[in-house]
Amino acid sequence: MAYSSEDLATMDSIIKRYPRSRSAIMPLLHFVQSRIGYVNGEGIELIAKLLTLESAEVSAVATFYTQYKRSPVGEYHVGVCTNTLCAVMGGDAIFAGLKEHLGVENNGVTADGKVSLEHIECNAACDYAPVVMANWEFYDNQSVASSKELVDSMRSGNPKPPTRGPNILVTWKEASAVLAGINDGKANEGVQAGEPTLLGLKLWKEGK
Amino acid sequence: MTKLVPVLSEHWDEKDSFTIQAYTRHGGYKAAEKALAMDPDAVIQLVKDSGLRGRGGAGFPTGMKWGFIPQGDNKEHYLVVNADESEPGTCKDTPLLMANPHVLIEGCIIAAHAIRAKYAFIYIRGEVTHVVRRVNQAIEDAYKAGHLGKGVEIILHVGAGAYICGEETALLDSLEGFRGQPRLRPPFPAIAGLYAMPTVVNNVESIASVPAIVLNGAQWYQSMGTEKSKGTTLYSLSGHVKNPGQFEAPLGITLRELLELAGGIRQGHRLKFWTPGGSSTPIFTDAHLDIPLDYEGVAEAGSMLGTKALQIFDETTSIIRAVLRWTEFYKHESCGKCTPCREGTWWLVQILRDLDAGVGTEEDLNKLLDICDNIAGRSFCALADGAVAPIISSLQYFRQEYLDQLANKGSLFDPMESTLFAPAKAGA
Amino acid sequence: MTTAAAVEMITVVIDGFEVSVAKGTLIIRAAEQLGIQIPRFCDHPLLDPVGACRQCLVDIEINGRAFPKPQASCTIPVEPGMIVKTQLTSAVADKAQKGVMELLLINHPLDCPVCDKGGECPLQNQAMSNGQGQSRYEGVKRRFEKPINISSQVLLDRERCILCARCTRFSDEIASDPFITLNERGALQQVGIYEKVPFKSYFSGNTVQICPVGALTGASYRFRARPFDLVSTPSACEHCASGCDMRTDVRRGKTLRRLAGDDASVNEEWNCDKGRWAFKYVTAPDRLTHPLVRNEAGDLVEASWPQALAVAAKGLKEHASAVLVGGRATYEDAYGYSKFARVALGTNDIDFRSRLSSDEEREFLASCVVGSTTTYRDIDLADRILLVGFEPEEESPIVFLRLNKNVRKRGLKIAAVASKLSIGVEKLKGEFIKVAPGQEAATIAAVSLTAKSIILVGERASESAGALSAVSALADSTGAKIAWIPRRAGERGALEAGAIGNLLPGGRPVADAAARVDIATLWSTSSLPSIMGRSSDEIIAAVHSGAIGALIVGGVDPLDGANSASALAALEKAFVVALEIAPSEVTMRADVVLPVAAVTEKSGSFLNWEGRARSFEAAVHGSLNRSDLRILSMIAQEMGSPLNLGTVTAAAQEISKLGVWEGVRVSMVPVSPEKIATLTGDQFILNSWRRLLDCGTLQKGEENLAGTARATIAVISPNRAQSMGVADGDLLKISTTVGSVTLPALVEDIHDDAIWAPRNSTGSQLLVNLGVAHGAVVTVVKI
Repeated sequence: MAYSSEDLATMDSIIKRYPRSRSAIMPLLHFVQSRIGYVNGEGIELIAKLLTLESAEVSAVATFYTQYKRSPVGEYHVGVCTNTLCAVMGGDAIFAGLKEHLGVENNGVTADGKVSLEHIECNAACDYAPVVMANWEFYDNQSVASSKELVDSMRSGNPKPPTRGPNILVTWKEASAVLAGINDGKANEGVQAGEPTLLGLKLWKEGK
Repeated sequence: MTKLVPVLSEHWDEKDSFTIQAYTRHGGYKAAEKALAMDPDAVIQLVKDSGLRGRGGAGFPTGMKWGFIPQGDNKEHYLVVNADESEPGTCKDTPLLMANPHVLIEGCIIAAHAIRAKYAFIYIRGEVTHVVRRVNQAIEDAYKAGHLGKGVEIILHVGAGAYICGEETALLDSLEGFRGQPRLRPPFPAIAGLYAMPTVVNNVESIASVPAIVLNGAQWYQSMGTEKSKGTTLYSLSGHVKNPGQFEAPLGITLRELLELAGGIRQGHRLKFWTPGGSSTPIFTDAHLDIPLDYEGVAEAGSMLGTKALQIFDETTSIIRAVLRWTEFYKHESCGKCTPCREGTWWLVQILRDLDAGVGTEEDLNKLLDICDNIAGRSFCALADGAVAPIISSLQYFRQEYLDQLANKGSLFDPMESTLFAPAKAGA
Repeated sequence: MTTAAAVEMITVVIDGFEVSVAKGTLIIRAAEQLGIQIPRFCDHPLLDPVGACRQCLVDIEINGRAFPKPQASCTIPVEPGMIVKTQLTSAVADKAQKGVMELLLINHPLDCPVCDKGGECPLQNQAMSNGQGQSRYEGVKRRFEKPINISSQVLLDRERCILCARCTRFSDEIASDPFITLNERGALQQVGIYEKVPFKSYFSGNTVQICPVGALTGASYRFRARPFDLVSTPSACEHCASGCDMRTDVRRGKTLRRLAGDDASVNEEWNCDKGRWAFKYVTAPDRLTHPLVRNEAGDLVEASWPQALAVAAKGLKEHASAVLVGGRATYEDAYGYSKFARVALGTNDIDFRSRLSSDEEREFLASCVVGSTTTYRDIDLADRILLVGFEPEEESPIVFLRLNKNVRKRGLKIAAVASKLSIGVEKLKGEFIKVAPGQEAATIAAVSLTAKSIILVGERASESAGALSAVSALADSTGAKIAWIPRRAGERGALEAGAIGNLLPGGRPVADAAARVDIATLWSTSSLPSIMGRSSDEIIAAVHSGAIGALIVGGVDPLDGANSASALAALEKAFVVALEIAPSEVTMRADVVLPVAAVTEKSGSFLNWEGRARSFEAAVHGSLNRSDLRILSMIAQEMGSPLNLGTVTAAAQEISKLGVWEGVRVSMVPVSPEKIATLTGDQFILNSWRRLLDCGTLQKGEENLAGTARATIAVISPNRAQSMGVADGDLLKISTTVGSVTLPALVEDIHDDAIWAPRNSTGSQLLVNLGVAHGAVVTVVKI
């Protein structure tokens, strides 16, 4: 059993957030990822048991959403936006560069287990294009060179901090716990906004 | 020249803008206090009078939506905030929640009071860890400050990567712990939404707009904007402009005005095409610079205001490549429930890949359009309508480019020229 | 339907024709009323509308306002002022449908020539009728690994699947067995199981039947036949008392498959997997084909019919004889046995209850059941259902489906008086009224019901003294209806036919002189025996005491009774005439064995638990085997006491003249429950029932079916498990003086005093292994 009694208590508290227990499937799957790194059979069966569902019902949900992984990802999971705008602005080149640099294909993991790579869809930061995400933290206005430096910093164990995010990049498992709704106390870290977010306000203050 | 009016974004430039201290410093939670002292129906009327319309894309009047909730039915009512911001090009709710999550929480308190809901759910897409942190912390702080827990509970729910969950009924299924596939309507969420109970689903920006309306009054809000599109909103400019970013302005501003604020198209280039409200809205060209960007103006010109996600592309961008990539997105995000969307997007990608490679004939363009015709308006929800919008509109404005590419038997563009890190081009 | 409220009718125009249909009718079905067939795949009249396949798009306008785009006619109910244009009159609808069809086909393999569905395939048919003939698709079709077993009996070919979700919706909505689900997303979406949990639903075969393509196929039928080579015959299911309408498909004298038939008032369009996939027993190689007579040396040898009939008649005439007829006889056959007992043997010693039974039950059947008219429809109208000695999913699966439908659609409240919470009752969200085995009576008395409630009583209620008395009293005091739901298909018919010692045909009490006159008149005999007949157990005892010297036995498994050793010894001792389809414990001990026809080889009817006649014709023609009725007539003729029931038709005609008994019914003398046993630390009270899929003789040879049977386990409560130090999977040895069984433990919701094991599953044949099945004290040790 990969889950401590503390884990089970947390899972119970996740279920109790909701008026109806089945709603807890998604945060519980995030929680499983925070413990195991991906969604494995044991996790699916455990959730099914906790929610008195068939395992098939849980795996049906788990396979629908792309953030739930079927196999281990890297400690730092890097997503390069290759939706149209970011792709055009350089996302395609960044993704190609990282594949070559890391020696992995889409959804691949480096042999040291440090970095995995995925091309992702629009991540709601288009005014910061091209955007790279790591464990779903923002790295804005990337270039081929900057993104290579970024993954190198991850592999050396000292990842660069996100542009808009906590002071230190958390691991995939730690980020998954945040997505399960667990407060890691880092909400007050990092900037409140980047320059593009504030551009309109700045211009207004300039009288525009 | 339309003036910018920061309402939502007014205090974003303060370093601690996301904290409850900063929010209360600027009068935060006063609106909730005021609204809670009002009769719920009066709050609904106020929002109706303000003219606020849904900022998630469809533009449905917010107050009217609230008014659809049956009252005195002895059922639990629910408020659900759609923070699953995923429409390509759309990037307004994410910075809003990062910079000021409390305005959403205050909006939830007011809206929940109005529709007599005890629970409000905030469904945030899962790919934004730091936004989740900020909102979660804000909820905690609002509980500690006593704004929550005395009549209204807020539950944060984090998605896991599915564009379709931005569709409100798919979002509800997802929130109930199912695969996020759209539901049959009727019944509409106002009658049988979350857990089959009357439910209002609103976009982040819509709910976040409510506190200011409560504080400043309906008159104030509807003094801004155009005849049927009232108030201010966040316009998001991205792509080949000198200074991309968020611009909060009254509805009805034009792209020409916004481009000027953004410093124009990047140096040495010219506007080729743009989306008014995300990739699901038919594209526009430089012929549409002066269309008022409100619900009616954009619709009259053949597109939709959508999420006001203005993605700007200059002449270095291949229209086919852009459309192909969007189509790949829709294929990836099709939920699989209905045939036209599931099979259609799968087929469209194959055809567009050929066209992008310069393989095909003019007949293939007609076939492409006919397949789009068999998909649009035939699918279960609007995702597939969005999927064919860029294809049809691109063929409307750039058919010749498709033909030229076929004649060339390959792409006419160098993708490096479009990138942010391309060598600067001299001259204007 | 005189009692139903007036149905509001709505008139709409479809393709220019007016049609009036009940409010709430979907457009697609209103069109059917006009004979207009709108193509469809995901639509199924018994599943919730889903609108997924988009094949049924039509143009609609209401009061002059047109919908801007075509709408799915399977999701929209008719409205006043609605004008619908289908593909027949709207070019837009026609193009929309052809467009959807083209999209459905781009990824559908063109393997129709090797597909089981070819020839009866809705996709194939509608592609012809509503497609455009040519595809413009030039790419490579989606590939998946070719068929995967999602259970031992169902295979899934994902390439053929068009994702209509009929199967997953059936499993979820109708069967409450969500073992198959839609997985993945978009163009990769696919039906599937969770990898470690196969599609072990008792109803899985329905998904094969409603699959509109060849994506789901049954292992037993796969690649066996083309539909156009099959001859189909309407039939009725012989496996239980639910009464399913069936279709039997035969090629060259051999049944190749059976399908659920349509009967809205009974099984709707569903059946269970046993009914669908257990039919090989008919063609088993050891079927009896010739009469057998025991010779001087004690061996059974083939004999001619005249010779065998002569020996049988002689033996029966020489002894005081009795009749044991199993619960699987058809109504007409049971009637034949009933008349044979009275006319040819001059006795009321007949009992169809070849199972655990009681005198209390016999009185209950005569008092509360015979002639009763509670139906499936009553379940639809009930306010509460009480289950007593009855586990619907295992013992009458279509009753389970009907209950489930009412739970799902209108929140019907169900309560079960039982010792163990069953999987079925859990699925029905039923209230579990927990009792120690044998102590049901007191609990039943305390249940609150109304005149709109129904008590569904299973045959196992007879195993708990006082339970049936309590049911009778509860019905009297509340006005609730009683429905008795036996397991076997023939029991209700046998009861009505008087194949029981206290009743003549038509519910006439043996003890009532007027009743005897009624029947004697019908049968043109001077008189009928007036002494109350013996029960099965009493008949066996009488053989041992010498009071009975001969038995005529039809379709009985002596191992099903309370004391199988005694039953076998009685069969050894008596002169036995056996009517059977295959060698059995009875034929091995018989003096004369007469082969009879199986259900598919003869016509006849069953009365299901409602008392509703489920008649059928022979599906397999050319069988030389005769019905029990015909053979009984021949023996009686030989005995000089003709039955005048040469054919099923003759029997049916005579039955139709029985009329209703309007005299006094047998009244129940209440029976008291037994005292609560005092248990020592390792003692439990045994509780059991038969699973739907088990070692039943009619399931012989059906390996694919057996592969989906539930695991054989012994269930004990968490408290007892804790005190014994037992966890799930630990082996428990359950012993009596007769013997023992050793089973893996499952800790579940069960009365602390009780241990549950399946009654007749592999490794757990309790009546044989332990000599008891319910209510007896057993010793349990962890090993």
